[in-house]
Amino acid sequence: MIANSAWLKKTEGGKLMSTEAKKGDFTSNLGRIYTIYTGGFVAFVIFIAILEGFGVPNNVLGYLFVAFTIGVYAAIGILSRTMQVDEYYVAGRKVPSFYNGMATAADWMSAASFIGMAGTLYILGYDGLAFILGWTGGYVLVATLIAPYLRKFGCYTVPDFLAFRFGGNAARIAGIVVLMSCSFTYVVAQLVGTGLIGARLLGMSFEVAVFVGLVGILVCSMLGGMRAVTWTQVAQYIVLIIAYLVPVVILSTQKFGIPIPQLTYGTVLSEIQVKEAALGVAATASHIVPFARYDPLNFFALVLCLMVGTASLPHVLMRYFTTPSVREARSSVAWTLLFIFILYFTAPAYAAFAKLEVFSNVIGKPLDQLPSWIYSYGKIGLIQICGTNANDVATIIAACGKIAGHNGILALANFSIQADAIVIATPEIAGLPYVVSGLVAAGGLAAALSTADGLLLAIANALSHDVYSRMIDKNAPVARKLVIARVLLILVAILAAWVASGRPADIVAMVAWAFSLAAAGLFPALVLGIWSKKTTSAAAVWGIWAGFLTTLAYLVITRYFPGFGVDYLGMYSNVSPATGKALLDIAKLKLEQPDLFTQTMVAINHPLASKVGYFNIANISAGLFGIPIGFATMIIVSKFTQAPSTELQNFIDEIRRPRGAAVMIEK
Amino acid sequence: MKDQEKIQAHWAETQRVTYVMLAIWAFFAFVIHMFAVGLNGMKILGFPIGFYMAAQGSLVVFVVQLFWFAKAQDSVDRKFGMAEED
Repeated sequence: MIANSAWLKKTEGGKLMSTEAKKGDFTSNLGRIYTIYTGGFVAFVIFIAILEGFGVPNNVLGYLFVAFTIGVYAAIGILSRTMQVDEYYVAGRKVPSFYNGMATAADWMSAASFIGMAGTLYILGYDGLAFILGWTGGYVLVATLIAPYLRKFGCYTVPDFLAFRFGGNAARIAGIVVLMSCSFTYVVAQLVGTGLIGARLLGMSFEVAVFVGLVGILVCSMLGGMRAVTWTQVAQYIVLIIAYLVPVVILSTQKFGIPIPQLTYGTVLSEIQVKEAALGVAATASHIVPFARYDPLNFFALVLCLMVGTASLPHVLMRYFTTPSVREARSSVAWTLLFIFILYFTAPAYAAFAKLEVFSNVIGKPLDQLPSWIYSYGKIGLIQICGTNANDVATIIAACGKIAGHNGILALANFSIQADAIVIATPEIAGLPYVVSGLVAAGGLAAALSTADGLLLAIANALSHDVYSRMIDKNAPVARKLVIARVLLILVAILAAWVASGRPADIVAMVAWAFSLAAAGLFPALVLGIWSKKTTSAAAVWGIWAGFLTTLAYLVITRYFPGFGVDYLGMYSNVSPATGKALLDIAKLKLEQPDLFTQTMVAINHPLASKVGYFNIANISAGLFGIPIGFATMIIVSKFTQAPSTELQNFIDEIRRPRGAAVMIEK
Repeated sequence: MKDQEKIQAHWAETQRVTYVMLAIWAFFAFVIHMFAVGLNGMKILGFPIGFYMAAQGSLVVFVVQLFWFAKAQDSVDRKFGMAEED
C-alpha cells in the first residue's frame, strides 16, 4: 500500500511539477493525469479490500482511506502553489470547461448532499424531490442569466462586479455582507460534516475529525488559492462519485441483476406501495404521493428559492471565472449540471432501496430477529426503536416492553431513522465488506472538503480582494496582497473549525437559509445589473438591503422570536399540509401558556418555533418574500434616480457580447 | 449591417434564446409538477410518472437543455461576429 500510494503521488506530482515549467503541457495532459489518478484510486480500494481479506482491523482500513485521500489532495495542493495574483484568484483563467464542470460539481455537492439527501428523500418521499429539482434546475439560471456575463466582465469576486456596475463601495459592502452571511454558516456545516463522518464511520473523536478536516482544507487551498482548489476539487469529485455509486449499484445488481439502480428502483417503488398497503400506511402518506409533507405552495416556493439561491451563491459563480472563454463558461455550466445530475438522480434510488429493506426486513419482524445493521447504526444514535437508541436487542425489548400492549413485533410507528443513516448504512444493508463503508466515508469527506474549500476561498477572497486590496490599501504590492490573502484564509478556516467543534446544531440547520439569503440579496442585483441598463447604483444598494433584510428578518423572527412575530407583526399559525388546519391554536395557547409568546431566542423544539408566519410560507422559503421585494425596490428606485452614464451603459453592452477584451482588467 | 445595428441585433437574438430557455425551464421546474397527482396515475417501469418527472425527467431536460443552450448561443454569437476567436 505504501509503495502503491507513493507511486501514485509521484506520477501525480511529476505531471503537476512539469506544469510549473510548461503550462500548456499540463492542460493538454489532463485527461491522462486524471485517468491515471482514477486508476490509482481504484487500485487503492482493491488493495484495501485485500488487506481486509487478510484480517486487518476496520479502523486501520478507515484511517488508511482518510490518510491516503487527504495525502493525495495535499500533494495536489502543494504542487499547485503559486505566487501570481490571477492564478491565486481565478486559476489563471485556463481551466477547460469539462474539468471546471467537475470541480464545480464537487464545489457544489456538500456533505449534506452526499450523506443527507437520500435520507431526506426517505423521510419526505415525493416532497423531498423539491431539493433534487431546486439544486439542479438552478443551473439553468446560472447559465442563461449570469455566469457567462460575469466571465466576460472579468472580475475576481462577485462583490467586484457589484462595485463596478453599481458605483463603488456601497454596493461592494452590501455584496460582501450577503456573501459572508450565506457562506460562513455553510462552511461551518461542512466542518461539522467532516466531524460526523469521522465520528460515525471511522471511529475518530468528533473534534479530531474536525481538526483533520481543517488541515485537509488548508493544505488544499492555502498555497495555491483557486488554482490548487480547482485541481483538488476535480480529484475529489472522482472519489465522491465512485463512492456514491458503488454501494447502490451493487445493491441493484444483487436484487435485479442490472447494475443501473436509477432504472431498477421503479420496481422498488411499486413494491414499496404494496408493502405500504400491507403495513396500513395511509394512501395519502405514501412514498410517492405529492404534497403530503409540503403543501403545493411551500413545495414550489422551496424549489424556487433553492434554484434562485443556486444562481446567486458566490462560491459557485466564482468557479465560472476560471474558464478560458465565455463560450467555455457556458458549456462548463452544462458539464457541471451533468456531473451533479449523476449523483442527484441516484439519491432517490438509495431512498427507495433503503425503504424497501426497512419495510421488508425490519417492520413487522419480532424484536429479537431484526437485521444486525439496525444495531450498528442504532449504537451511534441514527436509529431509534420505541423511543430509544437501538443499541442492542435487550435495550429495544426493554423499551418496547414499557409500551402498554406491545406484542413484541416492531411496528412502523415505533421505528425512526435519521436522514444521515441511509447512505451510511446501505453498504451494510447490502451485506458488503467494510472496505465499501470506508469508501463511502472517503466520498463523504471529499464532498465536505471540496465544498469547504470553495466556500473558504469565497470568504477569504472577499476579505482580501474586496476589503483589503480594493478598499484599504489599493496600491499594495502583489506579494503583500497574496500574503494577506493567505493569512485571512487561515484565520477564517480556524474560526470556522472553532465554531464547528462546538457542534452547533442551529448553524447546520441554518444552511438551508443560505439559499434564501443569497437569492434575495444577490440575484436581483446580478440579473438587473446585466439585463437592465436602467438600474441605477442607488436602486441596487437599496434593493440588496431590502431583499436581504426582509428575508433575514422573516427567518430570524419565525425561528427565534415567534411570539414577537405574533404579538407585534401580526403573524399567524402555518397550516398542516396533511389536514389543512392550523398547526397551532394561537388564541387557546395565549390563554393557557401566555409565556410562550414572551420567550425570545427560543429552542428548535419550542412549540411556536418555525410554525408561524405569513401566508403559510415556511421559513426555509423566506426568499419568496425577499426576491420580489429586491426586484421591486430596484425597479422603483431606478425610476426616481438618474440613469447610469452612457459610458457605463456601453460597458454593459460589452459584457453582453463575448468578443473583445474583458471589461475589468486586473493590474 | 453597421456595428451598432449588429450589436442590437445580436442582443435581441440573445434575449430571444434566453427567453426560450427560461420558458422550458419554467415548464419543467414548476408547471409539469403541478400535475404530479394526475401523472402518478400512469406508470413506466414501475415509476409513477409524476414521481419520475421530479426525480429524473426534469433533470434530464435541464442537462440536455444546457448543452443545447451553449451551442445555440454560440451560433448566435458567430452569426453576428460577436464570438470569441477559437
